[in-house]
Amino acid sequence: MGIKTWALKKSPWVFHLNTGSCNNCDIEILDALTPRFDLERFGILLVGSPRHADALLVTGPVTMQAAPRLRHVYEQAAKPCLVIAVGSCACSCGIFDGSYHIVGPVDKIIPVNIYIPGCPPKPEAIISGVMKALNSL
Amino acid sequence: MTIIPIGPYHPSLEEPELFRLTVEGEKIVDCDWKTSYNHRGIERIAEGKTYDQCLFLVERVCGICSASHPIAFCNAVEDMAGIEIPERARYIRSIIAELERLHSHLLWFGLAGHYIGYNTVWMWAWRYREPILYLFEKITGNRQSYAMMKVGGVRQDIKDEDLPDIMKVVDDLEPKLNMFIGVALDDPVLAARMKGVGKFSREDAINYCVVGPTARAAGIDMDVRRDEPYAAYDRVDWKVILGESGDVLSQAVVRLLELLESVKIIRQCLREMPHGPISVEVPEILPGEGIGREEAPRGECFHYVRSDGGNCPVRLKIRAPTYNNIPTYKVRVIGETISDATIILASIDPCYSCTERMIRVVEQGRETMGWSDLLTLSQEKTKRIMREMGFNEEDAFRGLRI
Repeated sequence: MGIKTWALKKSPWVFHLNTGSCNNCDIEILDALTPRFDLERFGILLVGSPRHADALLVTGPVTMQAAPRLRHVYEQAAKPCLVIAVGSCACSCGIFDGSYHIVGPVDKIIPVNIYIPGCPPKPEAIISGVMKALNSL
Repeated sequence: MTIIPIGPYHPSLEEPELFRLTVEGEKIVDCDWKTSYNHRGIERIAEGKTYDQCLFLVERVCGICSASHPIAFCNAVEDMAGIEIPERARYIRSIIAELERLHSHLLWFGLAGHYIGYNTVWMWAWRYREPILYLFEKITGNRQSYAMMKVGGVRQDIKDEDLPDIMKVVDDLEPKLNMFIGVALDDPVLAARMKGVGKFSREDAINYCVVGPTARAAGIDMDVRRDEPYAAYDRVDWKVILGESGDVLSQAVVRLLELLESVKIIRQCLREMPHGPISVEVPEILPGEGIGREEAPRGECFHYVRSDGGNCPVRLKIRAPTYNNIPTYKVRVIGETISDATIILASIDPCYSCTERMIRVVEQGRETMGWSDLLTLSQEKTKRIMREMGFNEEDAFRGLRI
C-alpha cells in the first residue's frame, strides 16, 4: 500500500455532485452526515471543492448540461479519486433512460468505482458502499 | 462593478444552478440566473407511460415533494375521469401529505441554518426529522419516494395495530417541536441574520403570483387545502398561518408554526379515520382533460392531464411552486449584501429539479432560435394578446426590466 492510498483510507473527504437528480439521493447523503448516522465520526467530511476531495459522490442521470461539467470536475479532482455513483439514476439512468436531455449513466462519462443502487439508497446503504469502496483499495 | 458567479456546482447549493451577482463593494446591484442543468424531460417521458407508470415518474419530479406531485396527478386524473375516492383513502392521503410537510419544513429550517453558517440549527432540525422518516418507513416501507398514491385511492392501508406506535411517535415529537420553535424564535443570532432581510411587500407578492409559505409570509391569505379542499382537509380542524412583513424571518415563522398545524391534522386524521376500502376500481378513461391542485410544502403544485381515451396521457403539464417563487429573488436580493444572498435565495425553499425548463429551436441541425429570440417572441405575443383584449400593452411589462 503506497502512502497515497494509506492517506486516502484514513479520512476520505467527499465532494457531492448533482448531475440531474431529483434531490432524493442528495438529502439521503446529507442525512448520513446528520446526528442519527453521523458519518463525520469516521472522518468523512463534505467539502466545497473537488480539488480537496478524495471521493466524488455523483447522483442522478447525467443531463446534457451536466456532462461536460462532470468531466471537468473529475479532471480537477486530485488522483487517486474514488467515484461513487449513488442511486439508480446514476447507475443506470432509471426511469429517465431514453429522455432527450439525458446523455447516459455516470459511467458513460467518467470511470466509476462503486455503484450504490436504490431509489433512493438508504443512508445505511450509502455508508456501506463508501466503506466497501475504501476496503477495496 | 464586479460580477460574482455562484454555481453551478457550489457547496451552498444542493442542486446545480448558476447565479451571477453584480456587486458594488458588498452591495448587490443586479443579478442574473441560468437554469436547466437538471432538466430531464419528464413531461415528454410521461406521454409514453401509462397512468400507473406516470405516478412513479411524477414522484421523481422532486424527491422532497414526493407525495405532493402524485396527489396532484391523482387529483387531475380523478377530475378527468370523475372518480370519487373512498373516505379512508382521503384520510390516508392527508396523513402522508402532512408528514411530508413536517419533514420538508424541518429540512428547510436546517438548511436555512446551514446557509447562515449556523450548523447547530442544521444538525438539530435534522435530528427531529428522523422520527418522521421512521414513520414513513413504517407506514409506506420507504424513507423517501413513498409510492403510496394511486389513481382511485391509495396503495397501502395503515394497519390498526400500527396506530398506537404512530400516535406515540407523533406525541413524542410535539413537545420537541414546541421547544425547538421556542428556541429558534428567541435565538438572537437567527433574528439578527433573518429579521428585515429580503423584504417583500404584499403588492410585490401579488404581482409576482407567489404561492405557498412565501405568499402567506407576505400576508396573502391563500392555501389550496382550504380554498379547494382535496383529501380530508375539509373534514378536520386547522387554520392557515399568516405572516406580515414578508422578510426571511416571517417566512421561517410561518413554516415553523405550520409544523404544529400539521401535527394537529395528523392526530385528527389518525383518530377519525373511518374503516372501509382504500381504493376504487378505475373506469375506462374517456377523452377529456383535468386539473389537479395540491398544497405542497413549497406552495401550490398544479398538474394538467389530457387524454385521448388511450391508456397513456397525451399531455401532462406540471407547474411546481418554485417556478412562481424564484423570480422574486431579483427584487428581494437587490440592495442587500453578498452575505445575505444565500439565505434570501434559500428563504423561498427553492427546488430546481421541479422548475427546470428548456427551449431550443433547431432546424436542419442548426439552432435557429436562441434564448433572446424566444424571449422577444414571447414578449411580442403577450403585447399582441393584451392589445386584442383592449388593455394597454405597456401594462404587461410594467415593473419588469428585462
